[in-house]
Amino acid sequence: MTMLFHRFANPTRFLRLAAVIQPWMAGITLLLGAAGLYLGLVGSPGDYQQGQSVRIMYVHVPAAWMALFIYSSMAISAAVGLIWKHPLADLIAKSSAPIGACFTFLSLLTGSLWGKPMWGTWWVWDARLTSMLVLFFLYLGYMALVNAFDDPQRGIRASSILVLVGFINVPIIKFSVDWWNTLHQPASVFKMGGPSIDPSMLWPLMLMAVAFNTYYVWALLVRVRAEIIANRIRILRLKQVHG
Amino acid sequence: MIGFVQILRRDLRLAQRQGMDSVMAVMFFVIAVVLFPFGVGPEPNILARIAAGVIWVAALLSSMLSLERLFQTDYEDGSLELLTLSPITLEVAVLAKITAHWLTTGLPLIIAAPLLAVLLNMSVSGFPMLILALALGTPSLSLIGGVGAALILGSRRGGVLLSLLILPLYIPVLIFGVSAVDAVIGGFEAKAQLLIMAGFLLAALPLCPWAAAAALRQSVE
Amino acid sequence: MASIAEFFGMGGYAGYIWPSYIVTVVLMVGLLVVSRRQLRSNEQTYKMLDAARSEENKDGTVEKKT
Repeated sequence: MTMLFHRFANPTRFLRLAAVIQPWMAGITLLLGAAGLYLGLVGSPGDYQQGQSVRIMYVHVPAAWMALFIYSSMAISAAVGLIWKHPLADLIAKSSAPIGACFTFLSLLTGSLWGKPMWGTWWVWDARLTSMLVLFFLYLGYMALVNAFDDPQRGIRASSILVLVGFINVPIIKFSVDWWNTLHQPASVFKMGGPSIDPSMLWPLMLMAVAFNTYYVWALLVRVRAEIIANRIRILRLKQVHG
Repeated sequence: MIGFVQILRRDLRLAQRQGMDSVMAVMFFVIAVVLFPFGVGPEPNILARIAAGVIWVAALLSSMLSLERLFQTDYEDGSLELLTLSPITLEVAVLAKITAHWLTTGLPLIIAAPLLAVLLNMSVSGFPMLILALALGTPSLSLIGGVGAALILGSRRGGVLLSLLILPLYIPVLIFGVSAVDAVIGGFEAKAQLLIMAGFLLAALPLCPWAAAAALRQSVE
Repeated sequence: MASIAEFFGMGGYAGYIWPSYIVTVVLMVGLLVVSRRQLRSNEQTYKMLDAARSEENKDGTVEKKT
């Protein structure tokens, strides 16, 4: 396990591995995404309660899952980078952030669009949406900090601490927002799908969830490759200056 | 322990000589709160309803004002680097500086709060809890803020960036701080809220100096 | 074709469903495109700098290229 760990600390090896994996990720994403889209829009029934608008669930829920999953990945990468100084770990965190922010934004947008026919307003301060909003700010803060330094390395290292602090706070924030929400909105919050989801709805949901995951890996590989090469450019430029 | 007191004394003396930080924080606090009646109208019932929330948010923003400079001057004149090399544990030094920040910023805010509560027509039954909740909450704000201040050292646009970083982290303290005051005004107990805030503080006391020290070490590398 | 119109109408929820899906696809594709563009641009720049460096070495200086 540790050997595997150290094998791929080498950026060159990582680049070669990435070149191999990337097309597969792309292919799976497109395939499962197409299947998910078809089932979600065409091949599944509307909900007896919400009608056709339940179809938004097939993009909203996977986006929300990814928003959380990616932040967790960033926290793990940051920890690995800080503790073991694995050179790629920091880059994985930095490259994941825009992808995670994108998914968080999408979950907020689709959540709002899903809620309008349901609650009649474009925004509701319910616990889930509010927590997503705070998570969005955590992403934005990370991206702002990582780009706020002239030395990119300093930016990455500072942001690693930030994401860990944020990660510890996520359950605290979730708990606080839940508390706050029950204080001010005793009305029952909309529950998605009820206790069990019909299998015809489960399929598009799962397909989209997996497709989003492979998309994440795909986009992540592209971005990490770009970062590795950017590092090399920086080194070459320094060599030019200093001979 | 001696190191803690040394650094605490030094920072307090510097703050005293400067003088302005506490005054500015309180002035901002007052002005920010006074803006609200202009914004939402002077009707006493509305003001009373939002009083606890407004005071807390204003306290949050005010306590953030002087955070940017917490480590800035030491970073710029090189004494931060000396601090990392000194026999005093960096975490202890950080805690001392954060304590100084709270004494010069948080404490004045707590003292000014009842006056502002009067301005916002807050029910008198909430005053003691307001002070208690602020007393429990503002140290946590200083602690979390200290981590942020350490992270932005050497960055561009440090001040605004700092707000973006720590305001989301302030939300739990805000929620429970306001809830405690509103609960008491409504005739309920606020024991749960106080315990939770105490929990935050107890967790933040060791963790925040640790994280801030790690960030400081990075900044002088 | 009533059924196609029905499909696009999505039982009256079209204004919510279609923007959701379209923005999702657009943003995800967009992010990928931007990332790939950055990667290509970096690869180009690196190639240029690398070539320039080996050009430097062609004037007879014996320097180990790392």
